[in-house]
Amino acid sequence: MARLAEQLKIDEGRVVEALQAARERLDRVEGEMVLDFSSVRRIDPCALRAMEELADTADHQGVKLVLQDVNVAAYKVLKLVKLASRFCFAS
Amino acid sequence: MMTHELVEDRVQIPPVSDGLSEQRIAYLEKLVVQARTAAAVFTQFTQEDVDRIVKPMVLAGLDHAQPLARLAFEETKLGVMEDKVIKNMVATEFVYNYIKDKRTVGIIREFPERNLVEMAEPIGVILSITPITNPTSTVLFKCIMAIKTRNAVIFSPHPNAWRCCSKAVSIMLETALQYGAPEGVLACLESHTLQDNAYLMGHKDVRLIDATGGPGAVKAAYSSGKPALGVGPGNTPVYLEKTADLSMAVTDILLSKTFDNGTICASEQTAVIDDEIYDVVLKKFAELGSHICDEKETELLARAVIDPKTGFMQPMAVGQKATDIARFAGVSVKAGTKLLIAPIQGVGRAHPLSVEKLFPVLAVYRARSVEEALKVCVDVNHAGGLGHTAVIFSRNDEVIHKFSELMNAGRILVNSPGSVGAVGGVYNDLVPTFSFGCGTGGGNSTTDNVNIYHYLNLKRVARRTQSHMWFRVPNQIYFNMNAVENLHQFPSQSTVIITNPALERFGHVDIVRRHIPAGTHVHISVIPDAEPEVKVVMQGVEALTFYKADQVIALGGGSVIDAAKIMKLKYESPEADLQELAAPFLDLRKRVIQYPTEKVNRARLIAISTTSGTGSEVTPFAVLTDKDRGCKVTLADYSLTPDVAIVDPQFVMSMPKGLTADTGIDCLTHALEAAVSSYASPYTDPNAMQAIRLVFKYLPIAYEQPHDEEARSMMHSAACIAALAFSNASVGVNHALAHAFGARFGVAHGRANALMLPHVIAYNASVPTKFLPSPYQKGYLAHRKYATIADLLGLGGRTIEDKVKNLVAATERLLDQLGFPSSIADLGISREQFERAIPDLTKLAFDDPSWRSNPRMPLMSELAELYWKAYQGRSPVRAESESQPQTWLQPTL
Repeated sequence: MARLAEQLKIDEGRVVEALQAARERLDRVEGEMVLDFSSVRRIDPCALRAMEELADTADHQGVKLVLQDVNVAAYKVLKLVKLASRFCFAS
Repeated sequence: MMTHELVEDRVQIPPVSDGLSEQRIAYLEKLVVQARTAAAVFTQFTQEDVDRIVKPMVLAGLDHAQPLARLAFEETKLGVMEDKVIKNMVATEFVYNYIKDKRTVGIIREFPERNLVEMAEPIGVILSITPITNPTSTVLFKCIMAIKTRNAVIFSPHPNAWRCCSKAVSIMLETALQYGAPEGVLACLESHTLQDNAYLMGHKDVRLIDATGGPGAVKAAYSSGKPALGVGPGNTPVYLEKTADLSMAVTDILLSKTFDNGTICASEQTAVIDDEIYDVVLKKFAELGSHICDEKETELLARAVIDPKTGFMQPMAVGQKATDIARFAGVSVKAGTKLLIAPIQGVGRAHPLSVEKLFPVLAVYRARSVEEALKVCVDVNHAGGLGHTAVIFSRNDEVIHKFSELMNAGRILVNSPGSVGAVGGVYNDLVPTFSFGCGTGGGNSTTDNVNIYHYLNLKRVARRTQSHMWFRVPNQIYFNMNAVENLHQFPSQSTVIITNPALERFGHVDIVRRHIPAGTHVHISVIPDAEPEVKVVMQGVEALTFYKADQVIALGGGSVIDAAKIMKLKYESPEADLQELAAPFLDLRKRVIQYPTEKVNRARLIAISTTSGTGSEVTPFAVLTDKDRGCKVTLADYSLTPDVAIVDPQFVMSMPKGLTADTGIDCLTHALEAAVSSYASPYTDPNAMQAIRLVFKYLPIAYEQPHDEEARSMMHSAACIAALAFSNASVGVNHALAHAFGARFGVAHGRANALMLPHVIAYNASVPTKFLPSPYQKGYLAHRKYATIADLLGLGGRTIEDKVKNLVAATERLLDQLGFPSSIADLGISREQFERAIPDLTKLAFDDPSWRSNPRMPLMSELAELYWKAYQGRSPVRAESESQPQTWLQPTL
């Protein structure tokens, strides 16, 4: 059954897998999906690719992606690769 | 290492990426995206993370020094394989030795005494163009620099050195990834076209172009519109001066010029040799395996290795052995000959071998004098070598210094070989590099040995600092009735009293004389009672000189005391130029002109004030009129402050009412302006506040009852106390307005101040259109200071706005009480007359230094507006509320 908001915790050791899982769940989400980044200390190139794919799919499906508790160093990375504008941020 | 890239030199890189296929563009885009991603991810790395990656990279480079050198030699067919091994080792080991303890993440340098730290910000994606002459060493060097600084690099090697460079990049990348570097951080173009370079140079995500290559590549890099580190070609002169250690010099030059067959662009190109040692030097070169060409051989050589059309070296000669070059030129040399030496008679197109030759051919010139030798070195330097490298062998420091002054070169090497010396870290303490900046002489952005700091954006974190402030006053101030008696404390052989005729008539001079210690020779110098003129001052100086004065007593108002200050200055330092000393300044501590400290005479200055307003007895200011030049000269320096001030009210008991009012309001203006000045401090505030309190209480009494001793005494002290404040906190816009207006319409200074005062208080208390930089104040305080003054005066009011209004009203009442005209119009100045004067008045007031410490920066339109308000009359508070309300600052501030 469709829900208005979906919340997923992203584990630093499995960022890519978690993002892929989130992507697979997008078709069951209406409204927004909240990804909890509070335990992610760093983002690597693979994670960035996964985030870009996730953003593409979310755009396609009209789902708003909210990244929660992204640390500022990781936020700067998203700005540098021009991905920040594709997400909403919450803390 | 920077060299002429002979293939590219003659082919300009096209400005746009014409002719690139979609597939190729997609490939290049992918490279950039990977590099951008890696660079972004890299920003999260700590210094420890970075250093953990760099060290294994260096070790991998050292491990592969020989295979990479062999690969480079086989692919490029330039240079000497063994020397390329050394280059690879220098590019790794020596560079690492320099960078290993350097911080490149976070705070990299601290300057606690300046409250300043420098922090590192990576650049991002760098496009690196590398040369054929030093292919693998340059790549190893740049990979290490990039990782140390958290940048990503896309390498674009010379097409004829692609295989070896690509291999070097892959070794570095593999090691970096193994130790945690982000993937995509180093990349090498799979093949190379000029269009690729043009595309990447123009790419928005490529942040810096680091072009170590020929002039074509360097020029394209600088033309791309991107920040670039393009380093240019050289033409290194080497001067062998007669005091040189010849064995060392010859060995070093031979070593340098044959290193990698002369491919390093810092190597010596023309040796300029003193006549006295010329033959010995050539003999030594020959003994160590050089061939000295005769005239015919030199001509053959020039024809073979220099392109007659361009005047540049032939590409085929670059990095080739001396024997091969000789054979090609048709010059017969012994087997094993290391270097071909070609005597030349000058520099320029008529002497083809005087240009850069990246192969083992050295031009030599016999110089008949040091002067001639230096001129030829300058010629070589200007024949394609500007900004690069110059070498001298000498034991004569004077010649070394002169040579260094004349050469335009980023590296001037003394008693060491050019090529290996310029690299740094081997023969000297230059920063190890494989990229030589040539400065503007070489069309480059730096003269440095390019290093890690060129791969960083330096962020300066500058914390707010507060310059030292001061509170400087005379050594001694004596006050209260009969304070003049203290003169007996000051022994003197010869005292000159400067005064004016009226004071002499009133008997004041006699009073003073009575208290001067017995045995003192006392002389009186009477000057007119007006602002002193240069002529009058110089007459006074003559008197001081004639009487060999060791003490000057200034008895009078501001004019007399000012005159005495300047007389003392000129007496003690006759060379002092008053016009020069009057040069404008913004900050006393940073002023351009310094007052003289050397003195030919010394005299104590005792100031006895006879008015209660200017406070000149304690101030560091003096004003005089230069009639010849038709201008006023305002001097300001603490050295002008009198040594002793005597504030004795007996000298002001007979001041007329008008003068009492004028000087009293001048004193009030000093205090009010000092209180809100941007230089106000906890040392000046109490003085300013106390002076204001005394003026409001005692000025009306002194005005109405001139013989009231207490009122006179308190007003006399108030003037001095206000001066202590404004001597250190300065004044403000009120004085700027009054100076211009007073001078134009001949209105007394105090009176001119009075006309402006209520309007200026209201002006300073409202929200400034423009704030004045004021590192000494935390926030805008003028309105609060005025409110504090209102409280001090017991004027009442609940809010800051009320209090300021009450202060304005109280000031107006005081002015009314003292009989001041309420407006400029009341002075009989017509509106038309005033309107005509306004543009000049405004300009003069704006030029007046007085407002520099005003809390609010006046716009010229605001100065004009203030003048008009003063013209219309008092009650600015009422006028504002009736017409256009002021935006009063709120108490929450």
